[in-house]
Amino acid sequence: MPVNPELQGRVFPPAPPYLVGREKVREFSRAVFATSSINLDPEAARAAGHADVVAPPTFAVVLQEATLAQLLAEPDAGIDFSRVVHGDQRFSYSRPIVAGDELTATLTVASVKSLGGHAMVTAESRIVDSAGAHVVTATSTLVVRGDE
Amino acid sequence: MTPAPALDTLSVGDVVAGGSYPLTRDSLVRYAGASGDFNPIHYRDDVAVSVGLPGVLAHGMLTMGLGVQPVVDWAGDPARIVDYQVRFTRPVPVDPSDGAVVTVVAKVGAIDADAGIARIDLTVTFNGQTVLGKAQARVSLV
Repeated sequence: MPVNPELQGRVFPPAPPYLVGREKVREFSRAVFATSSINLDPEAARAAGHADVVAPPTFAVVLQEATLAQLLAEPDAGIDFSRVVHGDQRFSYSRPIVAGDELTATLTVASVKSLGGHAMVTAESRIVDSAGAHVVTATSTLVVRGDE
Repeated sequence: MTPAPALDTLSVGDVVAGGSYPLTRDSLVRYAGASGDFNPIHYRDDVAVSVGLPGVLAHGMLTMGLGVQPVVDWAGDPARIVDYQVRFTRPVPVDPSDGAVVTVVAKVGAIDADAGIARIDLTVTFNGQTVLGKAQARVSLV
């Protein structure tokens, strides 16, 4: 089944709220070889003016993952996960993610394009805080390979 | 707060940061756990080979995640990275015994003095070949 072009513009229900834990930020920081004390040490983060440790720039992928799972599980999407290759990724921040944030991610399928037998699906996960203010938008382009 | 590098001291083309990251299979398992990405092509050779890959690959998001770290250290605060994008152009196979070394060079790509933002362009390589395209971090230096 090819990727359903009618996915374009579809907005999914918000994913369940995600509470950013200090130890999760530290674990993720170590996994991406972060050495900044602002990622790892609450005292250093506070001294720099943050409420708690600051997440690395790519941390939002943890929240985005849950929204992409919604997309792949959509019955009429026609996206075969075994044929998906991650093409592009972008994070655009209004403010950094800090431990203690409660964040909610909402996925919109920005575009579905055909390119030489493949489909390119651009998925935008808009992530807001508990007050509804924008924190970061994570945008992924997924390349879904066509039949060989 | 660590002072930010002054925008007016930068010129397009300046190399501002870089680093070398030896990845092992342990690094991939650690990233899988931290990120929640448990795709077995990142830890099982048999699965990787069965889908036509040379062997276990590093997560693209791990390469993206470590690629920006020299810029974070240069900027002095991870909060100064306001936008970061990459294109995944080549995989990074991680040998079970020898691992893989990923190298990052960060250069000033553009300066927006009005917005107080420097665009830092990353060259991320493995085995002498770039593995990320259009890898750009926008850093707020106001």
